[in-house]
Amino acid sequence: MSILVYTESENGKFKKAALEVVSYAKAVADQMGTSVTAVAVNADNAETLGNYGASKVLLVKDESLKAFNAKKYAAIVENAAKNEGSKVVVVSASADSKYLAPLLAVGLDAGYVSNVVAAPSNVSPFTVKHSAFTNKAFANTEITTDVKIVGLSNNSFGLVESGGSASVEDFSPSIPESGVTVESVDKATDKVSIADAEIVVSGGRGLKGPENWGMIEELAEVLGAATACSKPVSDLGWRPHGEHVGQTGKPVASNLYIAIGISGAIQHLAGINSSKVKVVINTDPEAPFFKAADYGVVGDAFEVVPKLIEKLKAFKAANA
Amino acid sequence: MKILVCISHVPDTTSKINFTDGDTKFDTNGVQYVINPNDEFGLTRAMWFKEKQGASVDVVNVGGSETEPTLRKALAIGADSAIRVNTPATDGYAVAKQLAKVVNDGGYDLVIAGRESIDYNGTMVPGMLAAMIGANFVTNCISLEVDGTSAKAVREIDGGKETVSTSLPLVIGGQKGLVEESDLRIPNMRGIMMARKKPLTVVEPIDATTETNAVSFEKPAPKGAVKLVDADNIDELVNLLHNEAKVI
Ligand SMILES: Cc1cc2nc3c(=O)[nH]c(=O)nc-3n(C[C@H](O)[C@H](O)[C@H](O)COP(=O)(O)OP(=O)(O)OC[C@H]3O[C@@H](n4cnc5c(N)ncnc54)[C@H](O)[C@@H]3O)c2cc1C
Repeated sequence: MSILVYTESENGKFKKAALEVVSYAKAVADQMGTSVTAVAVNADNAETLGNYGASKVLLVKDESLKAFNAKKYAAIVENAAKNEGSKVVVVSASADSKYLAPLLAVGLDAGYVSNVVAAPSNVSPFTVKHSAFTNKAFANTEITTDVKIVGLSNNSFGLVESGGSASVEDFSPSIPESGVTVESVDKATDKVSIADAEIVVSGGRGLKGPENWGMIEELAEVLGAATACSKPVSDLGWRPHGEHVGQTGKPVASNLYIAIGISGAIQHLAGINSSKVKVVINTDPEAPFFKAADYGVVGDAFEVVPKLIEKLKAFKAANA
Repeated sequence: MKILVCISHVPDTTSKINFTDGDTKFDTNGVQYVINPNDEFGLTRAMWFKEKQGASVDVVNVGGSETEPTLRKALAIGADSAIRVNTPATDGYAVAKQLAKVVNDGGYDLVIAGRESIDYNGTMVPGMLAAMIGANFVTNCISLEVDGTSAKAVREIDGGKETVSTSLPLVIGGQKGLVEESDLRIPNMRGIMMARKKPLTVVEPIDATTETNAVSFEKPAPKGAVKLVDADNIDELVNLLHNEAKVI
């Protein structure tokens, strides 16, 4: 009855979120007096999950599963959970995991709570804290079913290394046909995605036009950050829709969020509230973002950002 | 094509969020309710199908009578008829169960829901519904074309997008991108007048247990004041981010 985690990988490499869900599952397992089994698809070095608390990894190797498919992957996790007699299944908050989890929930007759931000406050009744109202509040929710699915928000629990080792077993459950076929994937592989990023650099309408995004990209590059934007910026076509963060865009849960020329409207703040440290650069000292930020610079982005890039380069050189 | 659009009735995006009864209930005082923005994109796409390809569009909400103005708004935007399942929306699973009954009874080919509602953000109703009725499912949908019984959709993924092919019956979780922002419709006078005459059917719920139960709510801890750094002293910002915030 170990805790089961679904660990995502890309091109064989575990995502950071995968290591985080294993760390989280270990904490839940300790609370419940059990162990952690991970299920992974086409991952290399599956044994490395031991370092984050997994004692066993069920590894599916199958070329036909190269592209993520929610129905097929949900069936794999469902099979693994049934094999292990798992009462708790942990998944991440990635787009793929959020696609898979509701299908899994029906398959396992399990209650599912997404956007969980902490280890359970109680395991009987099983109670988790999760963000609600697009990060404007938290709810404490009991999951009342026998089997429970927890969807963990990225960067909310962190990585906990335990130096353990995991045994790896081949796993080949029967996989159903899926009515959905991936035709093509269009993804910038050299860029950090907003969901995985520890730092996000975001620009708003204050940047005046798409031609000014060079400095945003340069700042992001210096910091190893993902780039993002406010809604009007993507509505105006200055940046792709996928970069728009906020209530109707992507949620951001980074360690550092730098908002440049963004007013801080309530719908924007909602999506980035769960970022830990927020920096705002804005010409208008009355911009609502200053109330939400930890650090602020009242100034013109076109003067401040180049300076910031220069200082960060110097900082990096000195700390290399 | 018979289309059902699931409409979640949510606090307007500018709402201040508060709780009552010892932080156990959402405080509806002074809160305006709207069609969930993700559902509004879906409703608009459904209207496109109706006008360009020929389709009927029904809207459905699981909720008490207080949600009827939201359904009327969907009718004013152009939906043909509305269904309200007369029970409070307690959790995602119970809502999906009620919707599954409506879809099965109505024989819908395409169900358009929002990828998530902006109140509980559960991201579960569309997927659970699809699994319950055995339909195909695509979420985070930013484009949808239907040709006969086959469909092509584009789905946003972390760091990009993917194109998928699938077939009806289909449930999608839609979001911004499904239609252009400028295509969203504001009900006009004629639409509002017509909506009054369109059928809004109230159906009684089936037995559905819940699986989760929100017992209490909290608001994020109040923020300390922002630390302002002079625009001429960006070294100080780098220093604070490194030594105090420890994020670089
Ligand atoms: C249903 C609904 C959902 C929404 N969802 C979202 C959402 O998910 N995400 C989102 O972002 N918005 C959302 N919005 C829109 C939101 O209300 C705001 O309109 C939007 O966030 C404003 O974006 P902005 O700050 O980039 O632009 P503006 O409001 O135009 O603000 C630009 C800012 O830039 C500053 N500025 C100007 N020049 C400079 C300069 N040279 N240097 C530095 N600063 C400068 C200005 O002082 C101003 O504060 C939503 C709205 C609705 C109605």
